[in-house]
Amino acid sequence: MTLQIKKGTSKKGLLAEIEKRTGVNLSACFQCKKCSSGCAVGDLVESPPSEIMRRLHLGAGDELLESDLIWTCASCETCSSRCPMGIDVAAVMDALRVLCLERSKAKVTPKVFNRAFLNSVKRHGRTYEMGMVTAYKFGTGAFMGDVDKFPMMLKKGKLSLLPSSGADKKTVKRIFKNLRQKKEGE
Amino acid sequence: MKIAYFPGCSAESTARDMHASTIAVAKSLGIDLIEPEGWSCCGATAAHQTNPVLAAALPTANLLLAQQMKMDMVASCAACFNRLKSANHKVQSDSTMRKQVAEAVGQDYDGAVKVRHFLEVLFEDVGLDTIKAAIKRSLNGLKVACYYGCLMVRPHEVMNFDDPENPTSLDRLVEAMGGEALDWPHKVECCGGGLAMSRTDVVIKLTDGILQMAQNAGADCITVSCPMCQVNLDLRQKDIKKQMGRDYGMPIIYITQLLGLCLGNAPNDLGLDKLIVPPTNVIATMTQNG
Repeated sequence: MTLQIKKGTSKKGLLAEIEKRTGVNLSACFQCKKCSSGCAVGDLVESPPSEIMRRLHLGAGDELLESDLIWTCASCETCSSRCPMGIDVAAVMDALRVLCLERSKAKVTPKVFNRAFLNSVKRHGRTYEMGMVTAYKFGTGAFMGDVDKFPMMLKKGKLSLLPSSGADKKTVKRIFKNLRQKKEGE
Repeated sequence: MKIAYFPGCSAESTARDMHASTIAVAKSLGIDLIEPEGWSCCGATAAHQTNPVLAAALPTANLLLAQQMKMDMVASCAACFNRLKSANHKVQSDSTMRKQVAEAVGQDYDGAVKVRHFLEVLFEDVGLDTIKAAIKRSLNGLKVACYYGCLMVRPHEVMNFDDPENPTSLDRLVEAMGGEALDWPHKVECCGGGLAMSRTDVVIKLTDGILQMAQNAGADCITVSCPMCQVNLDLRQKDIKKQMGRDYGMPIIYITQLLGLCLGNAPNDLGLDKLIVPPTNVIATMTQNG
């Protein structure tokens, strides 16, 4: 792995912000690379977790939010489980994703998927696959993905035509509303 | 014994088979599963990748239902189990988070509802000896690769489930059913989980690795306890065949389906018809002489 460090574009790097959001002490990382060795997607990305950690140490700014690992990471938490210093690397990944949502408009597919998923929960109280898949396809333009599987999934009852009606929608809507108001109030 | 049962959203869609077989097994073993009225989504991967408070608030709304029922809460879905248990951990270990969750949900919650996986109920409340005694049909030496995936075992400090690197609960259950639990290295590797739709390329690569390893170990089938693992491993075999030319034909069967078969439940009551790769070889092995 060749480690290339770009100079941060923001005045202050993301290190303090990430530590504040996660409660994780990133300076404990001594680059043993156990997280990268065990990372499920380590060989599919340019920047495995240990590199993200190092770039944070070296003052990386918002450009880090463009790292391919952020939205390729499957949240398997192998990194956190195996870190000899007990650093919750997966929490760092979550914090980077949240920052990315706040600061970057880039339409990355998992980002569009998560939004479609949560909108479905907000609306129905439970996930409604058909609505979610439609929103995702319109959000990404990837209309043809997996269409060959839909008839089989419908036949096997793995997809429902109508949303479930059993959830306490009021409570779920209240949670989403309260969190939105809090965010706007900040 | 009565316990609050959290089915999770996939019980109404991609994992009706997991849901049906959980209910069937519970009935056979005298476990009374009570579905809390009005349960809602746990938030899954999307919530914790979006907002940490939302990720704890959505499960909390459900845990409060179990608290009202004065019962433990059990999940059969590894992902729900993980999110419910993580929410408990968050409100217990972080007082600011507890306050934020209370503001979002509209009610304070102390994290006191005990969250359990259905496997834990089988082991701790029913016991392996009772299960063995209730078995009517043996797996007849069926070679099973037990696949745990990520969410049941990680992070260990929170999940406190089995051994995070080499878990054996599913293996012990398979052996109690008369099957052969294979020694293989991919028990806790990741299948790509929630990237199923948004990064299918990643899921295909990861599931191919898992399927290949199970095949090399001589598996007749892979048994799972997570609806995301099940769908990814089952559904993507077609894509792997198309893209890589490898045709595994490997049934991906829920542990509750295997157990249900052994307890004498009818295949249709266990949702076996919902599996994409049909478990023909599993049934054939079980119905061989003996």
